[in-house]
Amino acid sequence: MADLTTKTDISRQWRSHGRTRRSTRTVRVTASALITAATVLAVLVVPPIVQLDEQAIDLALKLRPPSPAHPFGTDDVGRDLLLRCVYGLRVSLLVGLVAALVATVIGTAVGAAAAAFGGWTDRIVMRLVDTFSSVPHLLLGIFIVAMFRPGVWPVIVSVALTHWLSTARIVRSEVLSLRSRPFVDAAISGGASRWRVTARHLLPAVLPQAGLAAVLMVPHAMWHESALSFLGLGLPTHQASLGTLVQTARGSLLAGDWWPTLFPGLFLIVPTLAIAGLAGAWRERINPRRRSELML
Amino acid sequence: MLELDAVTAGYDRRAPVFRAASLTLAPGESVGLLGPSGCGKSTLARVAALLHRPDAGRVTVDGEPVRGWRHRAPRRLRTAIGVVFQQPRLSADPRLTLHDLIAEPLRATGRRTEAPERVAALAAATGLTGDLLTRRPHEVSDGQLQRACLARALVLRPRWLVCDEMTAMLDASTTAALVAAVEEYRAEHGAGLLAVGHDRVLLERWCDRTVEWAGCAEPGT
Repeated sequence: MADLTTKTDISRQWRSHGRTRRSTRTVRVTASALITAATVLAVLVVPPIVQLDEQAIDLALKLRPPSPAHPFGTDDVGRDLLLRCVYGLRVSLLVGLVAALVATVIGTAVGAAAAAFGGWTDRIVMRLVDTFSSVPHLLLGIFIVAMFRPGVWPVIVSVALTHWLSTARIVRSEVLSLRSRPFVDAAISGGASRWRVTARHLLPAVLPQAGLAAVLMVPHAMWHESALSFLGLGLPTHQASLGTLVQTARGSLLAGDWWPTLFPGLFLIVPTLAIAGLAGAWRERINPRRRSELML
Repeated sequence: MLELDAVTAGYDRRAPVFRAASLTLAPGESVGLLGPSGCGKSTLARVAALLHRPDAGRVTVDGEPVRGWRHRAPRRLRTAIGVVFQQPRLSADPRLTLHDLIAEPLRATGRRTEAPERVAALAAATGLTGDLLTRRPHEVSDGQLQRACLARALVLRPRWLVCDEMTAMLDASTTAALVAAVEEYRAEHGAGLLAVGHDRVLLERWCDRTVEWAGCAEPGT
């Protein structure tokens, strides 16, 4: 009887532990989804509705701390920081999404082609990928943006061209493991060309992983855009992006004005963490081992 | 004729799975290849189906020596040989419905218009109902999936059939139904059959002759 009581207690502890983990996960996913939705809504809806000039200068209002009229305060030339942050987030998100999409398409095409052709093609392509990977990608990104005039597109090109390598590796390894499965043998025996096997059987199987890599890449690309803009190599300084906002606010931080750096920094950190949280939840769903652990 | 002459094959050139395997199939003939697990029967079946390049030896299909394997083999040679694998779960693309699974070789070879008629005929021959054809592999049993895999192997009307332990995972009634479907196809088209397995009773009843693995190949290292 005593044993039975002990066993019941242990099972309760287990269930309680599982519930806590699941509820923590639910809170994390819900918060991530809400923040991501709010971010997307803000950057899509606010600029067309408010119709305010985020570059409007009012020197009489320079470096005002947060107040009801300016919830995030004003910068060193009197521009409203809330509006600048929303516009800056818009540019950073655009760069992140487009760069992640382009990088995923390039990485998927290169990885799938290398694995599908195999042999020397695979070896040469993957050694090129290794060579590119050996160069720090911020350095490579700086080299690429330095060749163009500052603007959104050079930053997108720079981030996309330096971030397809990991996707190419993921897709290649997935395709290599699938290539030896009997259903691919059956397709070859059924007369399918190399192209058809890749397009019909292999690529659809790797798309969830490629999609996950793309979503994980969005926050990374946003950080890269901000880093390039912070270094003065990204967007022109008059154009709001989270990197340029932090860069121009550095001087006022030394004078004790904390708000011009804090709010753009939070606008960078919170949405990127939210997007990464959603991508993490997706990764848990498509990973069978995690699925069984989470009892999905 | 489907001829394998002194074939040596494996997955490491320095340590082949078997050496000097020779086997000949005449058109319309059924041959059962018997051997213990792990001896290399499935590798030999893959070589015969042009899916695995041998390290040495010669394979001839209808008098034409084979020079390329897998995608490098000409499509007309690849499609002349229908293959049924041991594990239906692994040999079916999980994203395709059974209808698409069976029709896929027709689509891959540009004969899409024949698909509705051929799939309906083969579904009837292998005992698949219309309801099953709309399901995906995870929604049907192993036996039902193996019926679809057999239908897929027959859809291009191959002259040769390679069945690699096709019935190893199935119950007696499904085994009987699949063997009957293969025999019906062979009677109609005069196809040759290489049935690989270790069920002596089944292969001796099913095939015109059986070949012991030890008699047709030398063990590798």
